This record gives sequence, structure tokens and C-alpha cells, in this order.
Amino acid sequence: MLQSAGANSGRRRVVVTGMGMVGPLGLGVENVWSRLIAGESGIGRITHFDPSDLPAQVAGQVPEGPTSEGKLTLSDWVSVKDQRKMDRFIHMGLVAATEAVEDSGWKPQTEEEKCATGVMIGSGIGGLQTIYDASITVHEGRAKRLSPFFIPSALINLVSGHVSIKYGFQGPNHSVVTACATGVHAIGDAARLIMFGDADVMVAGGAEATVCPLGIAGFCSARALSTGFNATPEKASRPWDKDRDGFVMGEGSGVVVLEEYEHAKARGAKIYAEIVGYGMSGDAYHITAPAEGHYGAFRAMRSALKSAGVTPADIGYVNAHGTSTMADDLELEAVERLFGDDARTLAMSSTKSATGHLLGAAGAIEAIFCMLAIRDNVAPPTLNLDNPSRESVIDRVAHTAQQRQINVALSNSFGFGGTNASLVVRGV
Amino acid sequence: MSEIADKVKKIVVEHLGVEESKVTPEASFIDDLGADSLDTVELVMAFEEAFNVEIPEDAAEKIATVKDAIDYIEKQKAA
Repeated sequence: MLQSAGANSGRRRVVVTGMGMVGPLGLGVENVWSRLIAGESGIGRITHFDPSDLPAQVAGQVPEGPTSEGKLTLSDWVSVKDQRKMDRFIHMGLVAATEAVEDSGWKPQTEEEKCATGVMIGSGIGGLQTIYDASITVHEGRAKRLSPFFIPSALINLVSGHVSIKYGFQGPNHSVVTACATGVHAIGDAARLIMFGDADVMVAGGAEATVCPLGIAGFCSARALSTGFNATPEKASRPWDKDRDGFVMGEGSGVVVLEEYEHAKARGAKIYAEIVGYGMSGDAYHITAPAEGHYGAFRAMRSALKSAGVTPADIGYVNAHGTSTMADDLELEAVERLFGDDARTLAMSSTKSATGHLLGAAGAIEAIFCMLAIRDNVAPPTLNLDNPSRESVIDRVAHTAQQRQINVALSNSFGFGGTNASLVVRGV
Repeated sequence: MSEIADKVKKIVVEHLGVEESKVTPEASFIDDLGADSLDTVELVMAFEEAFNVEIPEDAAEKIATVKDAIDYIEKQKAA
């Protein structure tokens, strides 16, 4: 039986009391989770623009349609007037944050409560399409016609800004930018703000919307995207499979409401899970590639376990970074090294097989998946894992979800620049 | 109502997301129609674009109501 002692002792405990999500599998945490567990894919041909000129033509895009069908009708969430002042990544963040805040039931009334409630929602890239459009305006010699909302529409920390304005949260207002590790860093850092007493409640996560010509072309040039499955989009994201050929970009946002444990208990909030461990590292090696052996990932995971006061044997599920690139096997090797004999009983999957890679939002939606895995004792599947390129004793939950006892889960996110972050969550 | 007044009204409705009935000549962009300072900058740009006129900053600062905008544009167009 796990205790909250160990490395936890003496510090303020942080629990999750609200969750929100929008992404390629749709709108709403429960809707996305049930589709994920059912083995559905959110990947399709790009429809946001005509991708015919680009080598990569598939992505995970948010399905549009009635809210009641688990799809996005943006005007239900952001007024038409305000939509024009924000890039799509801010729309995504606002949708997920609204669901999370409302799910938590937290409505600060007093000035003191408002000042103890903060926001830390990041993005890997920010308003790329907005920057693209504005560049064209300037290039055409129409600089004086540039919208006064161009800069606040593109700035990464404006998701946090808009959420604070919407709800009157006057506590720490911060934002993380660590490429594909953004979501985990945001949740981990925000939890620490609560532990240190800077806030009692933090709305934290990541948002991304780069399924646009510049985003796809940029990652294509970096040879990072899958290009071989344009005719069969649902097969394109295939972590650990020998036929994988790059990641599939996804868009959306994941946001959680983090709350100091006694604060949550006192108001009778429902508690999904506790953030018990957080570890970070840098590769100091290469701008886009991890080093052989992925010791950076190893150190981030080891540090997260240490701060949680748990051992590998306690971990029932790992949500891998697993982007469907060559680096998948390096992460696998690092997990095997850390877990030793305990790897034999471990389940590890990559939900990017179904959602694509949401870059700065990935770590946030995957942390939510870890908490739901604990709640429901289910490991979500890795789709398209037909022939692993590397054998392993670790069960990678190929094709179909598995019922398993999961008390503690670990989520990994690694970003360009050689930045690594791991989060440990536990049922309460 | 003149063609210019009609067009101004339409632009205000579209940019500020307000109901057409609220866009009276006396309505102040900031006090009555919920605009902030950035909204008014954007509105003036939209007027410039739609009517193909230049509205210098010192003139723009004096445009506070729907009528101010209509009057200014009509004067420019008549000149």
C-alpha cells in the first residue's frame, strides 16, 4: 500500500479536481476517453487547407459539429466577436479550460480566493497561422492595415491571459514553452506553485493548433512527419511499429484544474488523482534528436519517481511519448532500463496512435489519460502496432485496451531542444 | 439613411458583434457598444479599407460615436 510519505512528506499535496479536453477524438474528456478506449482513430486527411503540395497530408483535426455529438461548434464557447482576436490555439485552450473549470465547480468569490487561483497554460508554437497571415499583409505593403489584435492573437501566454480574464483568476499568470514537453511542464510547474504556496488552485495545461500550411511544411522539412500513409490516414500514427515513418500532427488542448488537497476536501470537490511526482532533464545533445540510450528520458523518469516516493513496481501504466518516429525505441529502452524486472508487469502505450501528436498540448491530454486509466483501471491501446521493430517484455497494449489494476501512472513528454519531462499521478 | 451610413453601421455590427438596433448615430463605440481601445483602432482600419480613405490618427481619436464616423467619411468623400 502506498503512503503519501517518502519524498512527499511535509509538502502541500496537489490533486486534480477538473479536466477539459478538445482534440482529434472530439470534444469533452469523457467522450474522447470512451472513443480512445474503443480503439477509434482521430486521424484523417487534412481539411483545414489543401495539403496536395506537401509530402504529409494527414493530421488529427478537431471534428466540427454539434456539441451534443461531442464535436466542436466554436461559437458555443467563444463569441464570434472574440474569435477574430485570437489564433485557433487560443480557441482550443479556452474550450478545454472552460470544460475543466466548470467540471471542478471552483468559483472563487472573495478577493483572496481569486488571488489564490492562477493559470499556467502553454503552447509549443503559438499562433502560427496568425503570424503567417500577418506576414502576407506586411509583404503586400499593407503594414498599416495589420490588425491591432495580431500580437495578442499570436502570443503564447494569451491562453492564460484570456482564461484569467474570463473567470477573474488573479493569481499567478504564467505560460510554458518547451515544444512537445509543454503540457507536462505546465502541469508539473503549476503543481509546484501550489506546493510552494503561491496559489491554492491552478488551471494548467497546453494548447496547440498548427495544422496549417506553415506548420505542416515546417515539420515536413525537418523530416519529422509521416508521409507514407496519405491514402490510409488512420494507419499513419504507429508508434513502435516497424513501418512507422514519422509523427502525425494533431491539434487541440488539454487543461486540468490543480488544487491543494485540503482546499479541495474542504469544499467537497471530486478528486480525480494526485500529482505526486515530477521530473525534468535536458539532453544537452542535439536540437531535434535524442541521444543513443535516451538517458535524458531515463533521468526525467527517475527523478519523477524519486519525487513521488515510488518505485518502478508501483507504476501500473506508462503513457509513452511514443510519437511514431525512430526515437520510440530509444524511449522504450530507457523505460526498460529504469524498470528492470518490473518491466515484465508494466503496461505502456502511446495514445498518439489515435490522437496524433498535439505538440504542446500532448503532455496535458496524456496526463489526463493517465488519471482516467487509474480511475477506470484501463490501459488505452496503441493502435497500428502490428510488428514491433524492437521486441520488449513490456506490454505495449497493441490494438485493444486492457483492464488492469493501475494505482500509479507515469506520463512522458520530450521536446525539441532536448527537453524531457515526466509526471507521476496516483489515485486518491 | 445614406449609403455611407448604412455601410458604417454594417461594419460596426460585424466588428463589435452588437445588434443592429443598438448602432444608433449617437451610440459611442466605447461607452455604448462595448469596444475597447484596440477595437476602435480596428474599426477605423475597417472604415479606411471599406471607403478607401485615410483617417489620420488625430482625426481617428475624435471619432467617438457612429455619427462621428459617418460625418468624417462623408466629408472626405465630398472633398
